[in-house]
Amino acid sequence: MIFDWKWDFVWAILPRLLGATLNTLMAAGIGYAIALVLGLAFALSQRTGWRLVTSMVREMLEFIRSTPLVVQIFFIFYVGPQIGVTLSPWVAGMIAIGLHYSAYLSEVYRAGIEAVPKGQWEACRALNMSTRDTYRRIVLPQALPHAIPGMGNYLVGIFKDTPMLSVIGVTELMQTANAIGSETYRFLEPYTLVGVIFLALSLPTAGLIRLLERQVRRKLGL
Amino acid sequence: MDLSAYPLELPKDDCPMVRFMNVTKSYGALVVLDNLNLDIQRGEMVSVIGPSGSGKTTVLRMLMTLETINGGVIYVDGQPLTHMARNGRLVPADEAHLRRMRASIGMCFQHFNLFPHMTALENCMEGPVQVLGLSKAEARARSEELLAMVGMIEKKDQHPSRLSGGQQQRVAIARALAMRPRIMLFDEVTSALDPEVIGEVTQVIRRLVAEHDLTMLMVTHQMGFARDISDRICFFYRGQIEEQGPPEQFFTNPQRERTKQFLRAVKDAD
Repeated sequence: MIFDWKWDFVWAILPRLLGATLNTLMAAGIGYAIALVLGLAFALSQRTGWRLVTSMVREMLEFIRSTPLVVQIFFIFYVGPQIGVTLSPWVAGMIAIGLHYSAYLSEVYRAGIEAVPKGQWEACRALNMSTRDTYRRIVLPQALPHAIPGMGNYLVGIFKDTPMLSVIGVTELMQTANAIGSETYRFLEPYTLVGVIFLALSLPTAGLIRLLERQVRRKLGL
Repeated sequence: MDLSAYPLELPKDDCPMVRFMNVTKSYGALVVLDNLNLDIQRGEMVSVIGPSGSGKTTVLRMLMTLETINGGVIYVDGQPLTHMARNGRLVPADEAHLRRMRASIGMCFQHFNLFPHMTALENCMEGPVQVLGLSKAEARARSEELLAMVGMIEKKDQHPSRLSGGQQQRVAIARALAMRPRIMLFDEVTSALDPEVIGEVTQVIRRLVAEHDLTMLMVTHQMGFARDISDRICFFYRGQIEEQGPPEQFFTNPQRERTKQFLRAVKDAD
């Protein structure tokens, strides 16, 4: 078995794949931004002490974490229209991936918030601070450095999961490689390049996140 | 819980600064405070002593509303602390009432609890700016004055991690005072300190007693210090006040057997 690797084919398809990489990065970025905000909202809603809200959100998050992302993507895109919600592949994909990862990120936030010592809450109360200021000024800034490693892992995770969006036709990297394959009947180069591009982007991210954590700790004087 | 026996408020003209009325606190079956009655007068300095587990820290934590109360009513300056009057009867207080009541109380903790991501000055300015709504300039002036008073002005731009325990505790005292409380609570503020820096904290508290008309409640293990500066000593034993009185009388002529035992044990440990 011999691989028939053609460099001139590689150079011919590379620009198209790199263009699609921008879409992949955009999908990961938007999805991650949604997940960051929703995740925080879910984490905070778990701490309100309103039992109904708390248990409903908890069950929903458990459900999201226990079902595959690809099923959620299909469900939102294909079942949505049957109940009158028709979304473009991009919108459906961003909602699915953002919601999915928000379920994981809410856990990261929760652990970060719980790592802040009880004495900090008590000091806030002794200073008569509002709950809002307690979170905004004291607890969340201290929770952040604890949460950054987990947040970084899920950033890489969301990035590597964007190929799943190809199943509903989002023109990201994987979808583009598929298209090249079916146009030219050559799969070796496009799929290899997809792997190499993902590797090249994932690897430095971990290092950058460690750097960011150190920076944040220094900036907060911790 | 039947609260109908408790007044909605105490008469303004001669009420104590703090009154505990039949206050009970328990965790499940464990009773920490058993039907406590205690008055603290305006400007009075009361030291609370007793063996660990006697409920003395709980008294302070309840006053700061860090603990809920299972029975009885606490009055601060005549107003119920964790209750409020509604339709002529006392009901559990809402957050607005609690925040109004907390405004007159400040607290310092055994482990300081400074905000690690803020400098000494920022720690002191946080409450005045965020809670009292002072301008940055006003809060800074007030905080710097207090940091100077506790001898920490040179270190005002340091984060807590760069300060010794004694220095952190002095900043914590300045931070609490920056809110202009009328009642200050000191919860074992020297217990986590190295022996050689205890003096710098007690010095600050001595100055407060001498120069301010704060009402103070202090839980401490330092008998000599308590004897020096207190108007009254309260000895707690198993969730109740076993004995109380002016320091001279309390330390030289204790009446109760448990008090004598405790004072002997403390002396032996020294």
